[in-house]
Amino acid sequence: MTTAIAHGAAGGRTGLATSTVTVTRRALLRYVRTPQLIVLATVQMSLFFLIYRYMFGGAIQIAGMSYVDFLVPGFIATGVLFTGIGTATAMAEDLEQGFVDRLRSLPIPRSSVLIARAAADTTILAWSSAFTAAVAFAVGFTLHGSALEGLAAFGLVVLFGFAFEWVFITLGLFAGNAQAAQGMGMIVFPFAFISSAYVPVSSMPSWLRVFAEHQPLTYMVDAVRALTLGPHAQALLGHPASYFVGRSLVWTVAIIAVALPLAVVKYRRG
Amino acid sequence: MTPTIEAHGLTKRFGKATALDGLDLTAEAGQVVAVLGPNGAGKTTFVRTVATLLRADEGTLLVAGRDVRAEPAAVRRLIGLAGQFAAIEPAMTGRENLEMVARLFGQSRRAAKTSAGAVLEQLGLVDDGDRLARTYSGGMRRRLDLGASLVGAPRLLLLDEPTTGLDPRSRIELWEAIRKLVQGGTDVLLTTQYLDEADHLASQVVIIDHGRSVATGTPAELKRQIGGSIVELHVRRDEDLPNVAEMLRRLGHGDVQIDEATRQVSVRVASGGDALMAALRSLHDSGVELEDIAMRQPNLDEVFLSLTGRPTEVSGSMAATAA
Repeated sequence: MTTAIAHGAAGGRTGLATSTVTVTRRALLRYVRTPQLIVLATVQMSLFFLIYRYMFGGAIQIAGMSYVDFLVPGFIATGVLFTGIGTATAMAEDLEQGFVDRLRSLPIPRSSVLIARAAADTTILAWSSAFTAAVAFAVGFTLHGSALEGLAAFGLVVLFGFAFEWVFITLGLFAGNAQAAQGMGMIVFPFAFISSAYVPVSSMPSWLRVFAEHQPLTYMVDAVRALTLGPHAQALLGHPASYFVGRSLVWTVAIIAVALPLAVVKYRRG
Repeated sequence: MTPTIEAHGLTKRFGKATALDGLDLTAEAGQVVAVLGPNGAGKTTFVRTVATLLRADEGTLLVAGRDVRAEPAAVRRLIGLAGQFAAIEPAMTGRENLEMVARLFGQSRRAAKTSAGAVLEQLGLVDDGDRLARTYSGGMRRRLDLGASLVGAPRLLLLDEPTTGLDPRSRIELWEAIRKLVQGGTDVLLTTQYLDEADHLASQVVIIDHGRSVATGTPAELKRQIGGSIVELHVRRDEDLPNVAEMLRRLGHGDVQIDEATRQVSVRVASGGDALMAALRSLHDSGVELEDIAMRQPNLDEVFLSLTGRPTEVSGSMAATAA
């Protein structure tokens, strides 16, 4: 019987590590055990990839390389944005359904709830990106850089995803309910499409090009692309990989530096 | 002994709406305290403030002697919260849900297993403990939610409208579970809109309205204060209403309520049986035609009317200000 346990045992808060791991596990189990969620997370990105590969692949010509080699890094790097909509929705759902209330009434560090959300969703993102990469190799994608550069490219995608998770957590907290969160998630479209992900920026009208060239996603896409294209990168992009990797990392840090405190403040205020 | 809850002049505003308006409330240790009131009275706001989910604008609030504002972490260790929604993870089994909360209370893996098992037994969920919670019925979910608030062995259990939306059978099962807990020595603060729920579970009832406490006492004391029973007559013809009202005025004490739309007249009486007989006698002589005649316990509306001198506005339209 519970009476054997001392009522309201003394001691302070439960540790950050234990709480974070426990809450992360719950978020991951929810994905894995909800067929709609895990199927969506697994195949959605790769299905869209196949559409781009075969629908637009014939129409878009990239000098000196096949469209699939151009597309894959851009597509996967941009995928982190679309996965993020799910994060905003999940965060808002937890608020809406009282789960956050339960967590907030427990003696745990409040940050653990947010870190757990970011960790779980970054894991799902890594899974879905890896699956898409596997499909990409199956339909003719070739890695022109070294295997190590390939892994670095994948690592960058996951890191960008982690940074954007904080933006989407903040969106979810402000939205307060799942539908509003999904609506706010639409903000990803201009960033995803007005970038270098699907077509070269040079093909855009100049007013779009200004935005496309300077927004963070283009640097991130080009960093991943430079690492996978190997010797072709310099010719296509005009700079070595280090140029794009450096700039994309600055953006990553900046995004975390703004979004993370915002999420924490919003969560504390409730 | 230190009271479980001591609130003095607690005030909480949301924009222009005042949810708590200088609420005073003391819950002694070893008791089940029911906070009774209509939608929008401030019940949920009060529970959320005790649970450290909201900060009061003014006033003081102590839980087992700890200041909620100064030491929220210490207070969280003392409380368990079960809300109006069943805040459980549907993609985890009942047992996993309980183990998760126990771990978050700082219990070791082994201790968490033990307390989850004990709580499942306590709530009669052992047979379903290893099924995913999304396969549970509404009543079982609510019991699991209650279990999640218990698994940390809190000193004070906060139940916000625990049976709202449950069918009568699940409601009685949940009452049973709550009663057992109380015997195990847990203090309970529960909010409810139902007089009978407060009556069944609580040793002390605090009636609140518009964010203030309007009456406090044991259920028996409050009933005495409100007075015996209600005699209610439903007449067939509109023109009989004034006569019947006049007749009831002579029988009862307090105001006669006339509802012209439904052609019903009711009055509060000290001793139900005698009053009912007297009413029947005079009706027999007067030739008034009746649809129905009934004697019943006062409902929450009448309790409020008697305590505050005005109706509760409980029905429907107040839901917008529910807090």
